[in-house]
Amino acid sequence: MLDESAFDLRRMLQRNSASVTVWAVLFALIVFGLLRYENFGSAYNITSFLNYNAMFIAIALGMCFVIMTGGIDLSVGSVAAFTSVVAAYLSPYGIQVALPGAIAAGLAFGAINAFFVIVLHIPPFIATLATMLGAKGGALVISGAQTISVDWTSNFTKLGMENAAGILPWTILIVGVLAVALWIILEKTTIGRTVLAIGGSEDASALMGLKVNRAKAFVYILSGGCAGLAGVFLASGFGAGQPLEGIGWELSAIASVVVGGTLLTGGLGSVPATVAGALLLGLVFNILNFENGRGTISFSAYWQMVIRGGFLFVVILFQARLMARHQKAAA
Amino acid sequence: MDQTVSIEKPPARLGSRIHGGLLALVLLLVFNALVTPNFLQLQTLFVNISQVATIAIVAMGMTLVIATGGIDLSVGAVMALAGALAPLIFLSEFGVAYPALGVAVAFILPLIVAGFCGLFNGAMVAVLGIQPIIATLILFISGRGIAQVLTNGNLQTFSNPAFSYLGTGKILGLPFQGWLALAIACVLFLTITRTTWGRYLLAVGGNERAAFLSGGPVRRVKIGAYVICAVLSGLAGLIVVAINSASDAARNGNLMELDAIAAAVVGGALLQGGRAPIFGAILGAIIIQLVKYTLLANGVEDEVALIAKALIIVAAVWIQQRRKA
Amino acid sequence: MLLSMTGIEKSFGGVPALRGAGIEIAPGEVHALIGQNGAGKSTLIKILTGVYRRDGGEISFAGHPSEVLSPREAQEAGIATIYQELNLVPLRSVTENVVMGYEPKAFGMLINWREAHRRTREILARFDIDIDVTAPLGSFSTAIQQLVAIARAVSLDAQMVIMDEPTSSLDAKEVEILFGVIRELKSQGVAVLYVSHFLDELFEICDRVTVMRDGQTITTRQLSETTKLDMIADMLGRNPDEVAAEGMTEFGGAAAKRGPVRLHAEGVATGPRLKRFDLTLHEGEIVGLGGLLGSGRTEAARALFGVDATQSGSIEIEGAPIRLEGPAEAISAGMGFLAEDRKAEGIIPDMSVRENLTLALLPKLASGGQIDFGREREIVERFIRTLGIKTADMDQPIRELSGGNQQKVLLARWLATEPEILILDEPTRGVDVGAKREIQAFVRDYVKKGFSVVLISSEFEEIVEGADRIIVMHEGRSVGELTNPGVTENMLVSALAQHGEGGAEWTRQ
Repeated sequence: MLDESAFDLRRMLQRNSASVTVWAVLFALIVFGLLRYENFGSAYNITSFLNYNAMFIAIALGMCFVIMTGGIDLSVGSVAAFTSVVAAYLSPYGIQVALPGAIAAGLAFGAINAFFVIVLHIPPFIATLATMLGAKGGALVISGAQTISVDWTSNFTKLGMENAAGILPWTILIVGVLAVALWIILEKTTIGRTVLAIGGSEDASALMGLKVNRAKAFVYILSGGCAGLAGVFLASGFGAGQPLEGIGWELSAIASVVVGGTLLTGGLGSVPATVAGALLLGLVFNILNFENGRGTISFSAYWQMVIRGGFLFVVILFQARLMARHQKAAA
Repeated sequence: MDQTVSIEKPPARLGSRIHGGLLALVLLLVFNALVTPNFLQLQTLFVNISQVATIAIVAMGMTLVIATGGIDLSVGAVMALAGALAPLIFLSEFGVAYPALGVAVAFILPLIVAGFCGLFNGAMVAVLGIQPIIATLILFISGRGIAQVLTNGNLQTFSNPAFSYLGTGKILGLPFQGWLALAIACVLFLTITRTTWGRYLLAVGGNERAAFLSGGPVRRVKIGAYVICAVLSGLAGLIVVAINSASDAARNGNLMELDAIAAAVVGGALLQGGRAPIFGAILGAIIIQLVKYTLLANGVEDEVALIAKALIIVAAVWIQQRRKA
Repeated sequence: MLLSMTGIEKSFGGVPALRGAGIEIAPGEVHALIGQNGAGKSTLIKILTGVYRRDGGEISFAGHPSEVLSPREAQEAGIATIYQELNLVPLRSVTENVVMGYEPKAFGMLINWREAHRRTREILARFDIDIDVTAPLGSFSTAIQQLVAIARAVSLDAQMVIMDEPTSSLDAKEVEILFGVIRELKSQGVAVLYVSHFLDELFEICDRVTVMRDGQTITTRQLSETTKLDMIADMLGRNPDEVAAEGMTEFGGAAAKRGPVRLHAEGVATGPRLKRFDLTLHEGEIVGLGGLLGSGRTEAARALFGVDATQSGSIEIEGAPIRLEGPAEAISAGMGFLAEDRKAEGIIPDMSVRENLTLALLPKLASGGQIDFGREREIVERFIRTLGIKTADMDQPIRELSGGNQQKVLLARWLATEPEILILDEPTRGVDVGAKREIQAFVRDYVKKGFSVVLISSEFEEIVEGADRIIVMHEGRSVGELTNPGVTENMLVSALAQHGEGGAEWTRQ
């Protein structure tokens, strides 16, 4: 007996696992851009687009795992700001020190979040909101509320400003490797499946004997580490540690994750679709820039935030409608 | 709490939480009196009252939302939006041509817009069933974005004594907004304790199922809480603009959601809902402001104050969660 | 014996839930565990599976003393549990739900999905189930989901599978599939502990039955040597001969004096748990809904009060058809509903007695949104007095009151609105004897004034003595009616027992 709810659910799941929609829209936008704008397909636009969006993809990847457990991490933007300062300070020692150093700082913030959520039983949004505040304060303290210029003589800025083998930016390459690794972890390892199971039902997961706390700690620490990586990209790409950056990044990340078909309540999600979601969101802005350039519209930078919010709103509406229909049919 | 047998007035039910809060307040005051230079001066009081007022006004709205078991992250953004609108109105041609009417509209229209923001949040939560964090996250970002789009990111400075009275006026020698906050507190207190809406608000937060089965208008109550919260945030936004005689959409209300949540929780609001300690929110706001002031006045950087606030929030929620368990 | 539990003691906050309970199960045996609500079945199971710790008693499993401390340890010891609310993740695939936590790995690290799917298919094939194992579990029927849960248990080499109400949401065909699987398990030497309220099906599938009552094990019988009447008598603590004898006596008698029809429901259905419900309620009458747990009693009440939407059937009040969109409408149509679960659906713990008592009355207490405190206090005072609610004062938080007094407050919540039709779902559950008698008396008084009451209770005594008429409910349907005076508890028991047995085979749809 297959009832209607089951049918809906299945369809929704298929949409998610295949993530056809988001890739199709991404593809369509690319074609649109190529046809409409002369320089859209230029090597410069492609590499700078990928380079700029690498940090957003990194953050979205971490967020994706947190959301799959049914949690949320609001601290990613401030943590990235904090680690960008750390990276800037460490830049004289070269990328080989700055990169692991900044990531370690991010991991530490992730561990704080994990501690708050798992040990102190503080709701994730409050815990990560507090960490957001702490990281922001911390970033301002260690930087003296100044942007911290990186050491241009070391190899640090190569990461954010040069291409590997002259083709792809180092940043997107690193993020690509990270994405593949996380994809494998999610699809092919016990901890990855546990992450999804927790989001599906934490109680059931515990009754099935899964290591719930370990998986939850993993996602928050991972998210912190991803934010740390984004901070390195930020410092390296813009030549400075920026304690005031990162505002609204959590929203971008959440929007990318949700667009990629991950359920906000957890239990369902896909790594490639999250990457596609982040690229899609970035592409929307890229195209708006081109439109600005053509003079058809004139959008100030401030529209970015409005559009991000609107983007999330539409996606959430869509998801809520699906869920409501599912629940109604199930009741 | 266990020995509570007879209870006279609702505030008394806040029990030990408030006592803890009062204790913290007394400690802060004593510490400041002893250590902080020039603390026991009228000027200090004025500065703090005008700061506390905005936090308290938003925290009271937040308290209502938290009472339903929700949360509103968009309060700071709504402040920025309302704050950006007001100068736009009275600096417009219309506002210049009809100054009195312009100022009146500059008060009312931003509050209406704020109300619609609340309606949006409330509808997302109560009708569509979206988690409050996510629902209000949308305006948390876009609201400020809209404010910046409206002002093109510019700082709007103005000189409009009538409007500025909201932030700089004094009654009986004390800042106007302090009185305003107090008046709002009284109105909200009466609403919560004396009206059916207030009763339902606490019932919905205390046990939504039971409230629903007893005929409670769950949806209306929730939406109402978000609308009131947004309108109060809008008002706070206007006050900030009036104090500064300038509107900066990027800074107005920045991080206010954290202050408001912290004040509400320190004041005794339970995150799972069912309690709306309005005067507790004011106490919480005073404590948050005093902590900030204490650190600043003693040469601790502004940024460290942020960390202190983060710790206060975590500690307050942690204590709450432990009691629940 | 595979499992032997003896002298198990457990209390919660000083209230004993198990008093020297025990059970013995042989390998390959299908063993039924039955008892009324609160008899201690689920506590016993949860102690076995490591969810609760026992206060005393011995457990041995597969020849060893068992000291299971968590569900995972129970699982690893060979005890698998299929909970009533399935402990699976519907969003994830069938395979994942089967192998989760024990995935086959390649290189000791990466999950080998091909192998996992193959293994899952193989296990399901043993039960004659051929489904797409890569599809999300939630896309399959409850029966399949239950079978998947069992498949998980089997794949973990369980020696015993505990099934808690496995058939409560299955249709006849699905039950057959489930029974096939149970027989398959049996043939492999796996023991099954089978908890169910549907006594009829026990005869079909179980070898022995253990009956619990009031936290104690009453008896263990061979099913081949017992009857449904025996089991019900054991559950209720009655003498079966007496039940049988009285069951033979004359039904009914003179009908109670009743007024015109107030409410008429016909063919009301809301889903698989309420399939066809008919009720005629007169003025000044108490109609009881008699039936075992899972018979659709509560669902019927929820349908009448507009909580669950009706899929078919009609409800008329005072002759006029009515469609209720929710409790608020039901209340203004003159109804009241004292819900079964006092904690989850009744009290608002942090609110005072006064606020809890007047919650449903609020719209009538206010003018222009302002609560009339004078009238409120007056009404509350009156009810505290007449119902004898023991509270320090009306502003004491309700959570500090005893269960009986909380229940009186909730009863007063509805009496205060003076509903023409008052639905009481387990009005005296979990309250002490004194409060119980009082509550029953208030209900009786209320009806004398011409109001009507629908009474639901697991205690047959209460229904038999309290109701003017009893609608007998069985598996989501109203199947018969008994009219007082003259109804005895044993008559109701035998009416329930007859139904199903009378038809030689039990049927479901």
